[in-house]
Amino acid sequence: MKEYEIIVVGGGHAGCEAALASARIGHSTLLITGNIKNIATMPCNPSIGGSAKGIIVREIDALGGEMGINADKTLIQMKMLNSSKGPSVHSLRAQADKITYPQEMLKTLNQQENLELREGMVEDLIVKENTVKGVILANGEKISSSAVILTTGTYLKSDILRGSTRTRSGPHGEAPSLHLSDNLKKYGFEILRLKTGTPPRIERSSIDFSKAKREDGDKTPYTFSHDISPLYDVENQEPCYLVYTNQNTHKIILDNLSKSSMYGGLNDIKGVGPRYCPSIEDKITRFRDKERHQLFLEPESLSYDDIYLQGFSTSMPTEIQEEMVHSLEGLEHAKILRYAYAIEYDAIYPTQIYASLETKILKNLFTAGQINGTSGYEEAACQGLIAGINASLKIEGKNPLILKRNEAYIGVLIDDLVTKGTMEPYRMLTSRAEYRLLLRHDNADLRLRDYGHKVGLIKEEKYNRFLEKKKNIELLKEELKQKKLTPTEEVNNVLQKLNSPSLKDGITIYDLLKRNEITLSSLIENHLLTLDYSKEVMNEVEIQVKYEGYIKKVEREAEKMLKNESKQIPKDIDYQKVTNLASEARQKLERIRPTSIGQASRISGVNPADISILMIYLRKNYNE
Amino acid sequence: MDTIAAISTALGVGAISIIRVSGEDSINIVNKIFKGPDLAKVQSHTIHYGYIVDKKQVIDEVLVSVMLAPKTFTTENIVEINSHGGIATTNKVLELLLLNGARLAEPGEFTKRAFLNGRIDLVEADGIMNLISAKTESSRALSINQLTGKVTNNIKELRNKLVEILSHIEVNIDYPEYEDIEELTTDKILPKLCSFQSNLEQIIKDSHDGKIINEGINVGIIGRPNVGKSSLLNALLEEEKAIVTDIEGTTRDIVEGKITLNGVILNIIDTAGIRETDNVVEKIGVEKSKEMINKCDLIILMLNHNEELTQEDLNLISTLQNKNSIILINKIDLDKKLDRNQLKDNKYIELSIKENKGIDVLKQRIIEIFNLGNLETKDLTYLSDARSIALLKKSLSYIENAIFSIQQKEPIDIVEFSIKDAWETLGEIIGETYKEELIDELFSRFCLGK
Repeated sequence: MKEYEIIVVGGGHAGCEAALASARIGHSTLLITGNIKNIATMPCNPSIGGSAKGIIVREIDALGGEMGINADKTLIQMKMLNSSKGPSVHSLRAQADKITYPQEMLKTLNQQENLELREGMVEDLIVKENTVKGVILANGEKISSSAVILTTGTYLKSDILRGSTRTRSGPHGEAPSLHLSDNLKKYGFEILRLKTGTPPRIERSSIDFSKAKREDGDKTPYTFSHDISPLYDVENQEPCYLVYTNQNTHKIILDNLSKSSMYGGLNDIKGVGPRYCPSIEDKITRFRDKERHQLFLEPESLSYDDIYLQGFSTSMPTEIQEEMVHSLEGLEHAKILRYAYAIEYDAIYPTQIYASLETKILKNLFTAGQINGTSGYEEAACQGLIAGINASLKIEGKNPLILKRNEAYIGVLIDDLVTKGTMEPYRMLTSRAEYRLLLRHDNADLRLRDYGHKVGLIKEEKYNRFLEKKKNIELLKEELKQKKLTPTEEVNNVLQKLNSPSLKDGITIYDLLKRNEITLSSLIENHLLTLDYSKEVMNEVEIQVKYEGYIKKVEREAEKMLKNESKQIPKDIDYQKVTNLASEARQKLERIRPTSIGQASRISGVNPADISILMIYLRKNYNE
Repeated sequence: MDTIAAISTALGVGAISIIRVSGEDSINIVNKIFKGPDLAKVQSHTIHYGYIVDKKQVIDEVLVSVMLAPKTFTTENIVEINSHGGIATTNKVLELLLLNGARLAEPGEFTKRAFLNGRIDLVEADGIMNLISAKTESSRALSINQLTGKVTNNIKELRNKLVEILSHIEVNIDYPEYEDIEELTTDKILPKLCSFQSNLEQIIKDSHDGKIINEGINVGIIGRPNVGKSSLLNALLEEEKAIVTDIEGTTRDIVEGKITLNGVILNIIDTAGIRETDNVVEKIGVEKSKEMINKCDLIILMLNHNEELTQEDLNLISTLQNKNSIILINKIDLDKKLDRNQLKDNKYIELSIKENKGIDVLKQRIIEIFNLGNLETKDLTYLSDARSIALLKKSLSYIENAIFSIQQKEPIDIVEFSIKDAWETLGEIIGETYKEELIDELFSRFCLGK
């Protein structure tokens, strides 16, 4: 029997990050996937990032993960979303090439020391004394390891739904895992059935783009990665296009509604679909008075002809899909290369895992990605990274890395999953992050690079460069506090030009910068200031100074939360013995077993009085 | 831990009440509303004389005890304000504390802190747990009951308006490329917030409970000359000598006198000089009386037992429709000439001011009308009026911040902070603090997705 320290099951975005993290930290790692050709493929939309998700990619990069740099290598269009809004909501989105993205990732995996790849279908685990000891393949082969990370995506007992047909299959006809979820149930896991969908792919040459609105990438170059310069040609990005549904499209859908799997085509659907990703049928029935719905035409790759029809996900039978697509302006003669479908799959209730992503039921078993109820490449990748890190720390006998809600979107995501659970595929939204102002695109490295370095994913060279940047930020802030402007005619003329009130007394540049209309570059352009710092450092300082008041306010709120976070609840607590707890609270606490008072207070159904009672009980019985 | 405040004595009219503040910031917070020695500089365990002030207006003359950590009941900094009692004043002081950063203590929270900080015996722990679980339900019900249904609905409506704005902003942020969803810019939000601001101001002003607690009840006494209006005023004031004032009240009208009833102030409004004995009603006319009647929360119409009902009396009775009113028949010590049948269904109270008969009945009736009995008998530590008003005002100040922030040209996601604060604060009043609400709203209102 072959032996590894860590086995990663699944080669999607979660699996790749998990395997790379564990191998880079120095553990012998095996990645098992159904089909090596499918490593890091993008079975749905051809983009990486997006609102909030782009910041997750920055966080992955700051911690030493691969998604950011891999996207930088293979993107064909880049945009900074929300750039007209404030800094807390800036977020990158790239159109990635669906051919080169997986190729580059595979190359990276192949070159990685300590990491082996192999094909196989994992159908069971080796379990001894509630601890996972390895995996069992479909052919009966056993491979042992100290820890296992499951990143099974949508492959657990997945069914493809289209019209009135249900076919047991993974995405795009790949083989699903038939028994793993039943075996997980056998070990005590509660299984959740989820559903998602994907729109049709259209042949580029069959579309009349003259009727669509062109959407170009930004003219300013960006990277997800903190460590490289842009690799793409800013002037030569692939455009996307915008088209709309019309009354005719709506009529076709309504006339044929009962043929859609979700509206009567199939009557055995248990999976819960995401509200943020409704099918076109859902959109039209739920928002009947809306005259049209927006659709995007997104190129999938430079090397083939598929256009992804974003906004048009459906589970209609193929012939109706033809009619629907042809009703769209510019797509009258469109050729559908792949039909849309919905997919149903098994996941585990995420309240059965700890914030380390280790399961509560089996020791040394970690789960990441869609198996935990999330949706999205970025959501999957960041969990993979954390699972890879924490599986490594676990077998080294160290404490897990748990990011807090005020430190990273990754922290928000995992805390939401393990504390509140989810009933639909969970997607990150900026509104889920109460400390959003702290979780910015620009400061991902300032928030997380130290952790990446500490666990061994950020090597010295990168880390030193980061320390240098951090030092320069402080130096520049100091410099701006020293430099003063006096109310001379020259100064006031410039201020007038910048639509800013004139000075009556002297003011430091630091304080002047707090005015919304003043930027460092405007002062430099007008010769009121000379500075010798990188653009990145100046940008960071500008944000920190301008929003100082708000940032401090949010930091104070976060501090309050952290105080409760540091009040630990002993693992062996017996909630039956905590008299006076409301029964709903007792049930929830027993199920979720929060690790801190802070986490307990975020469980829905646990109210402040229950928290008080719990605190008094702890004080009385554990005398903490 | 945050700083908490609550009224820690049971309130009765005329008693001294103690408002206790505990927590790191308790001295700072009290200092903000205290005129007297700087409490940050005084020695621990000392008592100080001064005034509680709201901006510049004096609310009460008080004694303040300062006890610094750790030798206190909770082991935290404690300040105790000894005020002159009365629900109105005590609540106002509590409201000011809440507005300046304290949080209303949960049931049993002082004791809980004392325990958690190791100050009291383990044996007491179970008692506290019982107290907390028993009181939470009743106090939660109470805090909602305290607000009339109308106010609760108003607050829900206000929250809806804010959540509309918030979910729209969030949608713009999370789905920036959805062109068929209008982009809500700060320019577009500004007029919405301004109208919201005046709505909220009006609600604070109109809030029945708020008005009673803050400003008292405006009472107008009307009636023909010589029915005994000034005697009634004097009789009421007689028993409440301590509060008689001749100063201009907080209302726009001239207040003839103030009395307290169950701790609530009654402002007796000068009905164009009821102390004079000349023919007031003839002088000001029925139109004028109507105008005055509109400004009052309660009208007391006085009739004379010793005279027949005149057309003038009937005119006055007809002005009372849809008003809180009490009809008094005075001078029952004299011969009966007033025919009760002419009053039809109108209820009345008979009294003789001269012989001091029936005044208690009148007071009881006022208490019934304004539900003041409830104010006294319920556990006042958790009476939520002060809290609700403080939260309404806090919410208003967040809206003002948001407007200011728009004027400073701050980006929309920054402006949104203040709007969200206002929305959450309103939610606290009616106990709606469900965090997922916003996300639910987002998906139900907008059509999004791939």
